[in-house]
Amino acid sequence: MNGKPVTQLRQGELATVVALNGGCEFKRKLRSVGIKEGKTVRMVASHPFSGPLVVEVDGRQITLGRGMAQRIAVAQEQ
Amino acid sequence: MKTIVLIGDPNVGKSVLFSRLTGVDVIASNYPGTTVDYSKGRITQRGEHMEVVDAPGTYSLEPTNKAEEVAVSLLDKADVIVNVIDATSLERCLILTLELLERRKPVVIALNMWDEAQHLGFTINVRKLENLLQVPVVPTVAITGEGVKKLVQRLDEARVSERPRLGGEDQVWAEVGHIVRKVQTVAHRHHTFRDRLVDATVKPGTGLLTAAVVLFALFWLVRLVGEGLIRYGVGPLFDLYRMPITVLSDWLGTGFLRDILIGTLIDGKVDFIQSMGILTTGLFVPLGMVLPYIIAFYLALALLEDSGYLPRLATVTDNVFHRLGLHGHGVIPVLLGLGCNVPGVLSARTLETRKQRFIAATLVSVTVPCMAQTAMIFGVLGHYGIHYIVLVFGTLSAVFVLLGLLLNRTTRGECPELFLDIPPYRRPSLLAVTKKTWMRVRWFLAEAVPFLFLGVLIVNILHAVGFLEHLARLMSPFMKVWFGLPGEAVPALLAGFLRKDLAVGMLVPLALTPEQLTIAVTILALYFPCVATFAVLLKELGVKDMLKAAAVMLLTALVVGGTLRIVLIGWAL
Repeated sequence: MNGKPVTQLRQGELATVVALNGGCEFKRKLRSVGIKEGKTVRMVASHPFSGPLVVEVDGRQITLGRGMAQRIAVAQEQ
Repeated sequence: MKTIVLIGDPNVGKSVLFSRLTGVDVIASNYPGTTVDYSKGRITQRGEHMEVVDAPGTYSLEPTNKAEEVAVSLLDKADVIVNVIDATSLERCLILTLELLERRKPVVIALNMWDEAQHLGFTINVRKLENLLQVPVVPTVAITGEGVKKLVQRLDEARVSERPRLGGEDQVWAEVGHIVRKVQTVAHRHHTFRDRLVDATVKPGTGLLTAAVVLFALFWLVRLVGEGLIRYGVGPLFDLYRMPITVLSDWLGTGFLRDILIGTLIDGKVDFIQSMGILTTGLFVPLGMVLPYIIAFYLALALLEDSGYLPRLATVTDNVFHRLGLHGHGVIPVLLGLGCNVPGVLSARTLETRKQRFIAATLVSVTVPCMAQTAMIFGVLGHYGIHYIVLVFGTLSAVFVLLGLLLNRTTRGECPELFLDIPPYRRPSLLAVTKKTWMRVRWFLAEAVPFLFLGVLIVNILHAVGFLEHLARLMSPFMKVWFGLPGEAVPALLAGFLRKDLAVGMLVPLALTPEQLTIAVTILALYFPCVATFAVLLKELGVKDMLKAAAVMLLTALVVGGTLRIVLIGWAL
């Protein structure tokens, strides 16, 4: 279980959130839409030119900026 | 009188529920951030009158934008809180619920989208949830009205939850997980072909293709419906209207009253565009030329809003908007602004920082022509050929991008990244779409018609006292040199402050060349917003930023108008 940023997932890959690296506000923001430690996320889309990412958690899709996504650490089962 | 406030996460159906409860129509759509201000209505339960307030959605009681600030500030006035939660995403909604319960106010919970939750395989034990939260929980389907009566009946059971206070956020998160595990079971769903299709609309390549197709379809629908309504609806009606109005005109003879009501005769006949009377131009411009396109646009917009596509459009356009100092959500003010700039500027409230709100409001009011104006541009320029129209809108789009790039560089402040909750696609309901279109059309009629009458009246009076002619003479050299337009175009620019559609119509009698007309309508679009937009800019931005925005508008109009003149007419005087 080694953490890597969620941005490194390829389209369609699943991973488990292991850490949200940021302040209180950042954590609250992500957790309030369901992105929190222990949840499974699926990478739906990753836009080029430092564009946003779309991930799916609990069947709902969330668009988030790349900067934010880089601070979400996930782990993939081997 | 008791005040009941509807509070909940964005896009859980508060506004639909509010309409169901109070009978007061408010705009509801399938995307987070539709409601940016509160609305009030009333209900009567067992002889007691109660005020119901619909608040903008918020994920937590720590607001992150202006719309959320409105929601949180409404809480203090609440005697009873109706916490609306989405049964299909119970876990995230409960975070706000637990925060609300800690406020120690009486709460009732509306477990909305109950039908969709069952359909998606979520089973929620309502009784258990009630026991755990210690407040009434009522499953509802606001769209159909299911459970709404029960909710009203149980309003007086609202009570302050006696749950022990939780110490800090981490405990709240843990508690939410604990509750969800106890009350909810989820049937496992496989990823279907439909899901893959849905995913394609947010992916980089296919997403942009979808956006292009959707926007093209939107404009095609607007033109089809708009032209159809003119050809088979208002057109024939105004042909019939010509008879009585000619009789009235003859009966009135000459004099001030005819000048005001009918206006000037063109070649001895009433001309609905050029005559400038209250009963001719004052009625024909709003009803005969603009209304059909207003209906068409709002119909298309309602379909788009209710389908749930807009957040996806925001996702695929984020790259572009980010370079303009906004993010993908900036597409919402632009789209709404294409209907009317007022709701366009208002919707900038969902953007997080002052910089973003300033850029969005300025860009919308400078470069986005409202439907009334667009309809008139098509009306007066259309028969000279589509390329003139393409030129106008091409120019406006280019100015949008250039001005955005410039404002992004020069405005101080931050541009946070896009953060959006994408709702599921839903089939727009015919009833909801019709109702929403009608509401917006009604607003147009209530706002536009009186202003057009007023505009026609003021123009006539200023004309009668010779003010307009004097001004035209005074401004003539400048207009000729800078824009290549006659001084007589100045009254139209002035009237544009009241109504842009009227102003475009006032250009018709000037016998301008298509090139001059192109320049004039482009300046009209850019230079100043109408008074209604001006008022909302002042309210949303404050005096200082509003003046800044106004300066940007004037400068843009001067630069773009001058450039177009050189390109289209050349240097010659």
